[in-house]
Amino acid sequence: MAKITLDNLAHSYLPNPKGEQDYALKELNHDWVDGEAYALLGSSGCGKSTLLNIISGLLHPSQGRILFDDKDVTHAPTTERNIAQVFQFPVVYDTMTVRDNLAFPLRNRGADAAYVRDRVQQIAQMIGMEEMLNRKARGLTADAKQKISLGRGMVREDVNALLFDEPLTVIDPHMKWELRTQLKSLHHEFGHTMIYVTHDQTEALTFADKVVVMYDGRVVQMGTPQELFERPEHTFVGYFIGSPGMNVLDATVSGDKAVLNGTEIALGQGFGAVSGKVELGVRPEFTTLTSGDTGLPVTVKRVEDVGRHKIVRADFNGTEINVIAEEGSSISPDANRIVFDPAGINIYADSWRVAPAGEK
Amino acid sequence: MNKTVNQKAWFLILPVLVLVAFSAVIPLMTVVNYSVQDTFGNNQFFWAGIDWFREMMASERMWDALGRQIAFSAIILAIEIPLGIFVALNMPKKGFWASFCLVLMSLPLLIPWNVVGTIWQIFGRVDIGLLGYTLDAMGIDYNYTQNFYAAWITVIVMDVWHWTSLVALLAYAGLQSIPDAYYQAAKIDQASRWAVFRFIELPKITGVLMIAILLRFMDSFMIYTEPFVVTGGGPGNSTTFLSIDLVKMALGQFDLGPAAAFSIMYYLVILLISYVFYTVMTNLDKRDGH
Repeated sequence: MAKITLDNLAHSYLPNPKGEQDYALKELNHDWVDGEAYALLGSSGCGKSTLLNIISGLLHPSQGRILFDDKDVTHAPTTERNIAQVFQFPVVYDTMTVRDNLAFPLRNRGADAAYVRDRVQQIAQMIGMEEMLNRKARGLTADAKQKISLGRGMVREDVNALLFDEPLTVIDPHMKWELRTQLKSLHHEFGHTMIYVTHDQTEALTFADKVVVMYDGRVVQMGTPQELFERPEHTFVGYFIGSPGMNVLDATVSGDKAVLNGTEIALGQGFGAVSGKVELGVRPEFTTLTSGDTGLPVTVKRVEDVGRHKIVRADFNGTEINVIAEEGSSISPDANRIVFDPAGINIYADSWRVAPAGEK
Repeated sequence: MNKTVNQKAWFLILPVLVLVAFSAVIPLMTVVNYSVQDTFGNNQFFWAGIDWFREMMASERMWDALGRQIAFSAIILAIEIPLGIFVALNMPKKGFWASFCLVLMSLPLLIPWNVVGTIWQIFGRVDIGLLGYTLDAMGIDYNYTQNFYAAWITVIVMDVWHWTSLVALLAYAGLQSIPDAYYQAAKIDQASRWAVFRFIELPKITGVLMIAILLRFMDSFMIYTEPFVVTGGGPGNSTTFLSIDLVKMALGQFDLGPAAAFSIMYYLVILLISYVFYTVMTNLDKRDGH
């Protein structure tokens, strides 16, 4: 268990990176607080796995340092870092029994036989594989194998950190919930620092205390699920998190008014001079469909009923705007306007959020 | 559901039957034919029953050759398989040097058998061969035409030189198919180098190793050209393996009957060993699964 510090860290897969675009992971300074559960969220190829592999030492960064509890481990090999990592696809030792698979990391560290037996039993119970302990791992189904991989990751109690690289991809949905809950309770019980890489927002938001969102090799925001929802720091966070994601519309902003394609709307807060490419972001949860004279003129394209609520897809001058309407509310056939709740409006300049005047 | 009965479909396998008849059945039957008959020339043959088989079973000469043959195959397998795996493990995984090694490794495989024999025959000669001359100059008594051990060592080293590449290339192919994640997981689990080999690499190359062992066994069990060129089966009979003995009998002494009986027994032995070997290996594979 340790605090992990990334100091000026960056990585490029090219031997001589020229510019910023050559870096798979752009310069990064970050502390992973000891004992917290983090989710690393982002789309494929955004550098999540690269970051994870640098932390575990499978990859050596092009620049910067990694510190475990203020001890520099940048050049320490994986075996010395005492880290557990679970990969996206199951890795099991085919010729060993399930029991030996689970015991392997402990035995490699010379653990006492009685301890190994008890610990393996405990882990087997946790992943629900007690009956299969004496079977060879070969020939098991993919999700059984992945459970073994997870078990092998969790078997050591004294690890500095537990890293998960999209570990539940091959597991079926029912088991996903169960394993995620197990991981969470494991976290509460032992207080390991956990980093969980995923591209599934539900997984990230339910697992972690803090979610780190990455985009194009950069950490764009780190915060609690609520912060990510209400105040996305980057338009990517806006539409990556939420279902459907945030509506992002071109706008011009002056003071506490924004003009969207000729229609003026109130922002509720004042903004200073906003330059660059200015956009207005508002989540579907903060929009309402009305008929009348105020709001943005739109045409309703279709209405999707997803059970809990309805999603209205409307067209505003060629841009799609999503509105979430309560289940049971009726969508009037002559609804032709959308109004925004000013509390849910964020203003972006060149994709980054602009803080309104008065916000610290 | 009713199936249509159409026995004409049998005609479809006719081409295969004809091909197999000419390539295997007819030549084999000729040998069977010789093995049960005797001749005194003039193309006249007499029924001999299983006399030749009885004679061969009692022949000390054949048992000696078989013993030498088994020893030879066992020794070269014991050297080539571990050595091949070792070489494969140490070959570069990618880049220029990987291709370079692959080409270098395949070179011995491309050389015809009798050329390999000739190379080593000259290489080992005490008067003009680099190896023979050097060893002799160092005061080591090395003469494969007179010394039993020198002859065996030469023949074995030659085979190892010629065929280890095959094992190495097959093992290399097997190793290349192991995803990186396995090595990464092993690092995370703090596995030793030996554990990585024992629990990751070896299980993944068992399949190709099985093929390598089978190929090398069959090939070495039938070896003829190389030892024949180098030692001619000598000194004495010390490197007279089954094939060499067989050819001596069939073409040297023109004992067609015994040679034919010998051939059939030889064939059955190879078939039997290969079958046993294959069955054991596939069962090992299956047993692991449950």
